[in-house]
Amino acid sequence: MTAIEPRLGWARWRRSWWYHAVFYAQTWRGSVASSVLFPVFYLASLGVGVGHLVARHHGLVEGQTYLHYIAPSLLATTTFQLGESESLWPVLASVKWIRVYHAAAATPLEPHDILYGKLSWVVTRSLAIGVVYSAIIAAFGGVQSWWGLTLPLIGALITLAFAAPLTAYAAWVESDASFVMIYRFAFVPMFLFSATFYPISAYPGYLRPIVQLVPLYHGVALVRAAAFGQGSLLAQLAHVAVLGTLALAGIAWGRVTLRRRLVD
Amino acid sequence: MTAQGGRDIVAEARGLVKRFGAFEAVRGVDFTIARGESFGFLGPNGAGKTSTMRMVSAVSQPSAGSLSIFGLDPRVHGPEIRGRIGVVPQDDSLELELSVRLNIEMYGRYFDLPRRVLRERTDELLDFARLTERADSKVDDLSGGMKRRLTIARALVNRPEMLILDEPTTGLDPQARHLLWERLYRLKREGVTLIITTHYMDEAEQLCDRLVVMDNGTIVAEGAPRELIEHHSSREVLELRFGTDAHAAMHDVLAPHAERVEVLPDRVLLYVEDGDDALRTVHAAGITPLSALVRRSSLEDVFLRLTGRTLVD
Amino acid sequence: MASRVLPAFGSRRSLHIFERNYYAYRSQWLMFASGFFEPFFYLLAIGIGLNHLVGALPVGGRSVSYATFVAPGMLATSAMNGAVIDSIFNPFFRLKISHTYDAVLSTPLDVTDVALGEVWWALSRAALYAASFIVCMVLLGDATSPWVVLCWPGAVLTSLAFTCVGLAGCTYVRSWQDFDVVTLVTLPLFLFSGTFFPITLYPQWLGAIVSVSPLYQAAALLRGLATGQFDLLMLGRAGYLVALGLAGLWLAARRFRAILTP
Repeated sequence: MTAIEPRLGWARWRRSWWYHAVFYAQTWRGSVASSVLFPVFYLASLGVGVGHLVARHHGLVEGQTYLHYIAPSLLATTTFQLGESESLWPVLASVKWIRVYHAAAATPLEPHDILYGKLSWVVTRSLAIGVVYSAIIAAFGGVQSWWGLTLPLIGALITLAFAAPLTAYAAWVESDASFVMIYRFAFVPMFLFSATFYPISAYPGYLRPIVQLVPLYHGVALVRAAAFGQGSLLAQLAHVAVLGTLALAGIAWGRVTLRRRLVD
Repeated sequence: MTAQGGRDIVAEARGLVKRFGAFEAVRGVDFTIARGESFGFLGPNGAGKTSTMRMVSAVSQPSAGSLSIFGLDPRVHGPEIRGRIGVVPQDDSLELELSVRLNIEMYGRYFDLPRRVLRERTDELLDFARLTERADSKVDDLSGGMKRRLTIARALVNRPEMLILDEPTTGLDPQARHLLWERLYRLKREGVTLIITTHYMDEAEQLCDRLVVMDNGTIVAEGAPRELIEHHSSREVLELRFGTDAHAAMHDVLAPHAERVEVLPDRVLLYVEDGDDALRTVHAAGITPLSALVRRSSLEDVFLRLTGRTLVD
Repeated sequence: MASRVLPAFGSRRSLHIFERNYYAYRSQWLMFASGFFEPFFYLLAIGIGLNHLVGALPVGGRSVSYATFVAPGMLATSAMNGAVIDSIFNPFFRLKISHTYDAVLSTPLDVTDVALGEVWWALSRAALYAASFIVCMVLLGDATSPWVVLCWPGAVLTSLAFTCVGLAGCTYVRSWQDFDVVTLVTLPLFLFSGTFFPITLYPQWLGAIVSVSPLYQAAALLRGLATGQFDLLMLGRAGYLVALGLAGLWLAARRFRAILTP
């Protein structure tokens, strides 16, 4: 027994988290400016500018000004995009092209450690973005309840709900051929049609249940409820359950696909 | 065989310099290459060979000095010069997603060759490179040796007067290497001027009529391989190995038994006229190496003599 | 004429780069074709949700739906984004990162041929996307006039102007991190150039600043063409885009020359 014996505890995945953190530390500088300026620009243009038009023609949207109405959904779409963009190409690259996960698997790390490290890192970034965005949304008056303090956590849940299954999927496929199609036919419509920019009541009655099947819709509904402190607790638990199920199913699937990719 | 004697000169450099910022990669080199000659640039990594090659192939501009290719100034006539030469870069730079055939045909299009001509020529080149059966494979699926042969075939698509090869056999197994050399001899017989950089002395001895030895951006020697060896080294070399730490101490002990002694980390080299004879006198002096080997002098020894360093570390 | 005003940039050989891209992307036609759906979804979302919230807006003398107001601005934006990505990102990536063109540069082509070839490729893609965008506008009822077909050359002109500027910008890029700077320019242009709301909402001084934005000029030009409301100002807007493109090309040519001949 010597001091340099590798420590094999429950927290091996922290090594993988560190790998991502160190990697990110090389390249983060530029993205800081954009992650602060982007929400400000966005809310000023769509919230204040278009909000002005909405106020003139339509008035309040579900009891809120248009600015306040869309501000929280910005957090939902951003954390969704983080989960999606960190999971498809980067994961396929790590298991197939540059194969850094194979290198990691040659150390004491198990495939599931690599998975947990990756996902915990994405969640860490999501929390950081969540704090910044929540503050900016609050500055624009979009946070009206103490429940708003949970916004970064909700953002992290949204990120995980997408990052986990998409990581699993990316570790499973052999090429990136399907990714552009997923982006065009799943992510873009999800971003646009999840009652992000207008209430679900804009859809005809028969379409609403279909929209409610879309995972991001639950994220958007949840951030709005938290920001405004409205809606029944039961409904919020249902939203959390949908996102949580996606996250857990994704993790379970990812354990299988990453193991198959790295070990078998 | 030299460049003089009224032969047609294809490349001539005087005081050629290449700088990258403050770093001087090529520090004023002179050389003259005649048509049909196969000319080598020998030197270790970082000697300035590739920078020189890139200037000769009119891809990068000289920082100072004069350079003339086919009697043209590459600063002004870049496209014309590049149209008449073929380049085999160190790292292939093939289109991995395209088929073998399309790699050659597409490259030919860059020279404005008509498609009809290209189709015929590509068939010939595929045959030359022994890739006819793989014509429709994706390049990604080829072995290293096949990729190298394809790169050479590609460089020949414009029927170049001069072929420039940068480290043509680095990373290839011996069999692939010999096949490649054989194809290069064939080109030489057909009158193509070859310019080759290498850090393998056996390759230089095999392929080059004449070569320059480069080190630290300058030319330290020039001549035919045999001339260089005769001029800068003895006829034979006796290589002796002792225990790991003993080599440095052996220099003075062995000095009386040879014209010159070089101490390397793993062996001691004795430059002598007759290696077996020298070994006998070493034994007679009561010195007992762990192992001994007698061989003929090579360009490696020339390089060691001129720069105090080995070619491949 | 133009060749006397502008320094030489690229040659006819640049067309071979277009040819090369055609072969390289031949198998990915489905990816290009599916690009049609992106503007379709955007315009559909605006039609469903925002038409109802925002109501009609005045364009020229007429009152049009919000989607009709926004669509030309989105078309201009997609032309800008495509042009900037294709002219800054692709040449940088292929010349410096993936070294796709290392071998090409030892043929008679030089760097300007490669860059120009990428531009031809980018422009033809842009023309294709603009056409499909206009088809979407028609399908979703966002086009109110048959003159909407003129949006096609208008969008190609927009792509051309931004491509030339992007090409000049490409010569300043040193690493990936510089692409954040590109986003910091294009994103505010997108959000504040009268794409989503008329610039009459701004205080007058701010409106004057915004009207300098090339994206505003492009959006206003396309809006006039889409609704068939022509005025002389549109010639000025088109002229502005042409001038911008020429300035970009002039700078790009100078910069590339400087890089090539130290």
